[in-house]
Amino acid sequence: MVILTAALLLARLYSMQVMDATYTTMAKDNVVREVTIYPSRGLIYDRKGRLIVNNLAVYDLMVIPRQVQDLDTVKFCGLLNITREEFDKNVQRMKTAAGYSTFRPQVFLKQVPAEVYDRMQEYLYQFSGFYTQIRTVRQYGSNNGAHVLGYIGEVNQKQIDTSNFYRMGDYVGISGVEKSYEEQLRGERGTRYVIVDVHNREVGSYKDGEEDIEAIAGQNLHLTIDMDLQAYAEEIMQNKRGSIVAIEPQTGEILALVSAPAYNPNLLTGRMRATGMRMLLADTLKPMFNRALMAYYPPGSTFKPIMALLALQETGIQANYYFGCSGAYRLGRRTVGCHYHAPCFNVQAAIQHSCNAYFCHLFKLFVENYKFNNVSEGLTKWNEYLHEFGLGSSEYLDLPALSGYVPLPERYDRMYGKNRWKAVSIISLGIGQGELGVTPLQLAHSTAVIANKGKYIYPHVVKSNAKDPNNPYNKQHSVSINPKHFPPIIDGMEQVVLYGTGRNAYVSGLNICGKTGTAENPHGEDHSLFIAFAPKNNPKIAVAVMVENGGHGSKYAAPIASLIIEKYLNDSIAPYRKYVEDKMLKADLLRPKARYIGPVAEEEIEDDFISTIFSTYTPAPLSVPEPLSTISNDQVSVVGDNAGNPNPTQIKTEVKINPPPAIKMQPIQTTTTPSENK
Amino acid sequence: MSSQSTNIDWILVFTYLLLVTIGWLAIYTADFNEQHPEIYYLGSNYGKQLLWIGVALLVGLCIQILDTRFYTAFAYFIYGMALLSLLVVLLVGTNISGSKSWIKFGFFNVQPAEFAKFATCLALAKYISGLSSAYYSIKERLVGIAIVFIPIVLIRLELETGTALVFTSLAFVLYREGILPGGILLLGVLAITLFVVSLLIPYQYAMIGVSALLFVVLLMKGKAPLWQKAFVFLPISILTLVAAAYLDEITLLVILPILLVIFLLITIYSQRVSYLMLVLFFSCFIYVKGVDYIYNHILQKHQQNRIGVLLGTIEDKQGAGYNVNQSKIAIGSGGVYGKGYLEGTQNKGNFVPELSTDFIFCTIGEEFGFLGSAALISVFVFLLLRIIAVAERQKSRFSRIYAYGVACILFFHFTINIGMTIGLMPVIGIPLPFISYGGSGLLGFSILFFTLIKLDSERYMYLR
Repeated sequence: MVILTAALLLARLYSMQVMDATYTTMAKDNVVREVTIYPSRGLIYDRKGRLIVNNLAVYDLMVIPRQVQDLDTVKFCGLLNITREEFDKNVQRMKTAAGYSTFRPQVFLKQVPAEVYDRMQEYLYQFSGFYTQIRTVRQYGSNNGAHVLGYIGEVNQKQIDTSNFYRMGDYVGISGVEKSYEEQLRGERGTRYVIVDVHNREVGSYKDGEEDIEAIAGQNLHLTIDMDLQAYAEEIMQNKRGSIVAIEPQTGEILALVSAPAYNPNLLTGRMRATGMRMLLADTLKPMFNRALMAYYPPGSTFKPIMALLALQETGIQANYYFGCSGAYRLGRRTVGCHYHAPCFNVQAAIQHSCNAYFCHLFKLFVENYKFNNVSEGLTKWNEYLHEFGLGSSEYLDLPALSGYVPLPERYDRMYGKNRWKAVSIISLGIGQGELGVTPLQLAHSTAVIANKGKYIYPHVVKSNAKDPNNPYNKQHSVSINPKHFPPIIDGMEQVVLYGTGRNAYVSGLNICGKTGTAENPHGEDHSLFIAFAPKNNPKIAVAVMVENGGHGSKYAAPIASLIIEKYLNDSIAPYRKYVEDKMLKADLLRPKARYIGPVAEEEIEDDFISTIFSTYTPAPLSVPEPLSTISNDQVSVVGDNAGNPNPTQIKTEVKINPPPAIKMQPIQTTTTPSENK
Repeated sequence: MSSQSTNIDWILVFTYLLLVTIGWLAIYTADFNEQHPEIYYLGSNYGKQLLWIGVALLVGLCIQILDTRFYTAFAYFIYGMALLSLLVVLLVGTNISGSKSWIKFGFFNVQPAEFAKFATCLALAKYISGLSSAYYSIKERLVGIAIVFIPIVLIRLELETGTALVFTSLAFVLYREGILPGGILLLGVLAITLFVVSLLIPYQYAMIGVSALLFVVLLMKGKAPLWQKAFVFLPISILTLVAAAYLDEITLLVILPILLVIFLLITIYSQRVSYLMLVLFFSCFIYVKGVDYIYNHILQKHQQNRIGVLLGTIEDKQGAGYNVNQSKIAIGSGGVYGKGYLEGTQNKGNFVPELSTDFIFCTIGEEFGFLGSAALISVFVFLLLRIIAVAERQKSRFSRIYAYGVACILFFHFTINIGMTIGLMPVIGIPLPFISYGGSGLLGFSILFFTLIKLDSERYMYLR
């Protein structure tokens, strides 16, 4: 019987140990765990090679609850510089977190500050079960360029589902360069195999790390952004809404990309992230909204140089073409108002004076040209040309951007019915109004194309590897407009600054060429626009400035553009121009001052000419950052000293202010005749 | 003294030393602590075990020094003390891992149940050897059975089911000495078989099998013609089976005994085998149905689980079956040659609970593979066969009964322990003799063993 039993046991052992291999694999499954090693994200440098985004090592205080013995809470809290309540709160949060186990490391305190960490390292041995774990977070060397750099956040479920790279808890670029260059920046994860025990504690490495895979750090990026210029541009745009985009015409490199109000990128990293994000999202000025890439504006008069180019190319007119302006452009029942100016004997003069009638006429000549069978065909051609100038699309850009809107004939077929519309119906397109919508970046790009006489490289913010033939930013393109048509246009733009509407942008010695624009805004004060490049020959910088509710293009946008150009080309502002700089810095378009009829503070009137004229009419108060109940009056968006003023100046409603009849309130339709475009 | 020492069975002693050494090595790897690799580190199990081995050898030496007559004279006293200590444990015992079987003595704990094995063997040997060997009265038989049964009840009350079951192995000693008739033992075995079968398969199939078996027996027995046997047996059994499908359990359990009584009366009246078979059929039916009912309605969930996991009807690798599954993984992953000493991944990871005590065999299975396990089993088989041989050479009845008692207890431990680590037996927490960690266990087995050596060494001197 003994032998029988022994034989039975041996038979069973034989079948288990020798015959059956499944137990071996089960044993391996039991003990070998994959541990992911996270690569450090690529660093970001600016145009001049300065490090602007790096990875900061932070330390999470971890705890293995089971190993904690005789914790001296008072001493521990003193070491960590936290109160007893915070301690209890952390314990509570830890215990309710998913995957809590007393055997496995839990995060007790996230991102311990450096000074606490130093002290803690010294005394932590006294508290068994606690240890620190290194992590990296993004750190921004400057407070500028948030809209270019973007930010990172945890990957969402959709991204996990659609990509086979991401896993829960990974960080991924959500906007800006962080998003568009995510694949280069993220690097490759490594894997380490470790032997764990029944409680998932590490016991040792598996096969002494033979099968481990090292993590590969993300590639570093070199931006084309000049951080000095970017900082200057952001400073000048403080207390305003709008954007500035500066491009180097020869290379397509974006020198500065500002969307105002901007925010401090350090708000969206580290311990501050949740609070910062909440503050930014709650801000009524929407500082997270990237106006330079996402906002559509009608280009207004800044579109006129392109319109002139198209007309010269397609309609057969010469640069010395004359079209008389009688103060308005009349076609059928439509009237497009113009302003008083000297007669335009050529295209240069038309650009210089920004004659609405001239360009409406050119647009009519273009779309109703005998070359085309009908106006639809003409508009399609017009659309194609605009795409060559980078309007109506943004795929060429290496940042997440919207495409803008350039209408196609179908749009008007829907609006008016097929073959029931003509040039007169859409005449405001010729002066950059109507359905046309461009982003400030597209405006800057098209300026760069003009500045470079039709040749261009697609705009980009990350320097391309010159040796890479596949890189789209190494290839030069050109618009299908005869280069001989460019000089008159550029001459016209030069005259704008010298004698025309853009005299506010004049800087001696820089030879700036520009064009003002006033985008009609049905919701309030018009938007101030200015495009410029300099110098005239061999241009080094092309700028598009957009100031929301800034009024006429020459009022805010032109001086700002000139300051940007001067700053970039001369590296400083000449002393005699300091007053311009000062005025632009001080200008505050976010909090319109209440204007009373009667005794007023003097400085208000002397300040700006245009508002003095229209001082009797004040548009509805613009959105003013409301104090958030949960947040102190901390400065969120970069909007000047008294941003978030809890008591913004309000217009007393008792004071009845009637708008003067001379001023048109608001266009009812976007296609209605623009009253004035300069 | 010199003549005495020559009679000591050194082969057995060396086997004992070999097993204890293997056991210590197994505990060392099971509880290996990198911070304290020194073998005498008392904070670890292996350090303590080393101490206990020393104590056990010392006790073994003391046993050799004591006169043999001490054991015969004090057998009942020792038994009484053991029962008393079991009672004391019930009152003041410390609760360790679900059973109240430990007494705290300062820094170490004692488990009286381990020593009760020795006491029971001794008392049983003393009692049976005192009886006249020709014939046993019912009272004598019952007393013999009671000597084994009392500790079983007491230990069961301590919730040490495993240890209590060990004592049932002494039934074989009772059978060997003629106290327990063979028929009862056979009936017990049959009952267990039917029990397992009835849980494994639906009762209808079990009963169809039983009736077929009974029909075959019926055909072989009795002188009545074939058609007559079939005419009596088949319709009634088939009818009962069909009816059972339409009746609920309670009704069935009421009707079946009535039928049983009716057919019992008919059998007694007619003296025909066909009716006897029907009686057996109904008995089996009641038994099977009763087991079914008890399993499903009376047993607690965890008890159902344990039985279900063992029988393979419940697949539960995280709950009740966790121990066995992990133990099987550890042993199965050992392969032919094992992973090498101190290299077992499952052992190091503490995947198997109770590794250094009840599941100590895993360390051997994993680190020494099939060859190591086979070697250990061989050593045990050798030890058991040697003890049986030693038992058979005793002239003294006392010594022989005692030796058989030792062999039964060791065999039961060995079979159940190794069986449960490889999933052949239910998990009942009993240690592997001489191998498992545990002071009380080692000391208990050592006393049991060295008393045997002592009794054996004086086999020529006394006739008790």
